[in-house]
Parts: sequence; structure tokens; C-alpha cells
Amino acid sequence: MNNEYRASVVVRTVAYILAAPLIVFGLYVILHGHLTPGGGFAGGAIMATFIALFLVSFGRKGAGSLHRNLFSVLESLGLTVFVVLAFLGISNTFFYNFMVNSGHLFGRVISFGVNPGYLDTGGVIPLMNIAVGLEVFSAISLIVLEMFTYSREDKND
Amino acid sequence: MMKEKNIKGVTLCVLFVFLLVMGFCLRPAGEPVNTEMDDYFITYGQVQTGSNNIVTSVVFDYRGMDTLGEASVLFAAASGVFLVFRGERNE
Repeated sequence: MNNEYRASVVVRTVAYILAAPLIVFGLYVILHGHLTPGGGFAGGAIMATFIALFLVSFGRKGAGSLHRNLFSVLESLGLTVFVVLAFLGISNTFFYNFMVNSGHLFGRVISFGVNPGYLDTGGVIPLMNIAVGLEVFSAISLIVLEMFTYSREDKND
Repeated sequence: MMKEKNIKGVTLCVLFVFLLVMGFCLRPAGEPVNTEMDDYFITYGQVQTGSNNIVTSVVFDYRGMDTLGEASVLFAAASGVFLVFRGERNE
């Protein structure tokens, strides 16, 4: 029996069309987490949707081209960066925002009220958003990939 | 016997519906009793954390510990999936 999984041309075309917007929108949600609704969790989930769509469209062949260990490393890296950022403010308290209102990187001082939304504000919040986004993206991708790979192997035996 | 059970069930249902409705009547939605914390975050959140999004400022700054737990849960979930799907293969 031919066990080569191949999605229909409709699914593959939609995957091609949606690939770039999904990644760009996910990155946008992560990077603008301190200005607009969303953040690391939502953006990471959006980017992981791309991996799920990729697996749906290209099946086992596509899964073979993804590096599982890379996702694993990225996941651990994201969580480690998050904890390290939390520990960097330990001179005051755990999770102290030591970069806010400093005038340096991500330290632009803003006043109460409406503003245009400057990207370099928020102190460690944007960095934590990026770390969490990386972690969520890798974790969900890894879960989807792992379940896809090993749940299909049983059927082919 | 059967009828007795039905009466008990109906009584219990009526009681729970009554409690649910009374709960909604006691506390109207959108009007919290204690607003000190909300007012604090709304007044000082933007200036203290520098982020326009108050939800993010709470999640990643004031209550960062909670987010750490959430991220750890996801990490544990991925580890669990690894364990379930790969442990089988090694036998």
C-alpha cells in the first residue's frame, strides 16, 4: 500500500499563500506585545500554526526536513533567557524591571496617557516577550511534530 | 423508589439554579467591589513599566512569576509528549 501522504493541491496552495503572512503576523504580535493586544504566548501560537499547516500540507516528507533537535534547543533557550532576565533584577526583587525608564535600550520614558506607541519602551518586557514567544513556538511545534511523526509510524507497520 | 430519586434530583437542580441566579444577582458584571488594585494598575502601570498594554505589564512585570509558571507548564507538556511518544520506540 502506498503510504506516501500527499495533500490536495488546494491545501498546498493555501499553505504557500499563508506561510509568509503567518510568520510575519506572529513576529508582529510578539514584537509589539507591550503596545498592542497579544504577546509572546499568542504570537508563538500563531507561528506554531505555520508548522502545523506545513505538516498538514507536506506530510512525512515535510516532517523529515524539520530539525527536531533545533526546536528542542530553541525551547530550552527561550525558557533559560526568560529566567535569566528575571534573575538580572535580583538586586531589587525577582522579576524586577531593571531596564525601564533608564534612557538606554528599551528604556524610553513615557508619560501617562495616549502616545503613538514607541517600540523601545517597556524595559525587559519586550525581551521577555521574545523569549516566551520563542519558547511557545518551539514547544507547540515540537509537540505537533512529535505526535505527527510517531502516531503515523504505527499505521505503517 | 424511582419517583423518590426523581424528586431528589429535581430538588437539587432547582437549588443549584437558584444559587446560580442569586450569584448573578448579587454581583453585577463589570462592577467589582474592590477596585484599589485596578486603579493602581491603570494609574501607574504605564509609567512604571513603560508599556502601553496594561495586560502585558501585569503579566510580564507585576506578576512575572505567574508567567514563569505558564512557560514551565508548556515546557513540561513538551517533555511529557517526548516521554510518551519516544519511550515506546526504545523497547
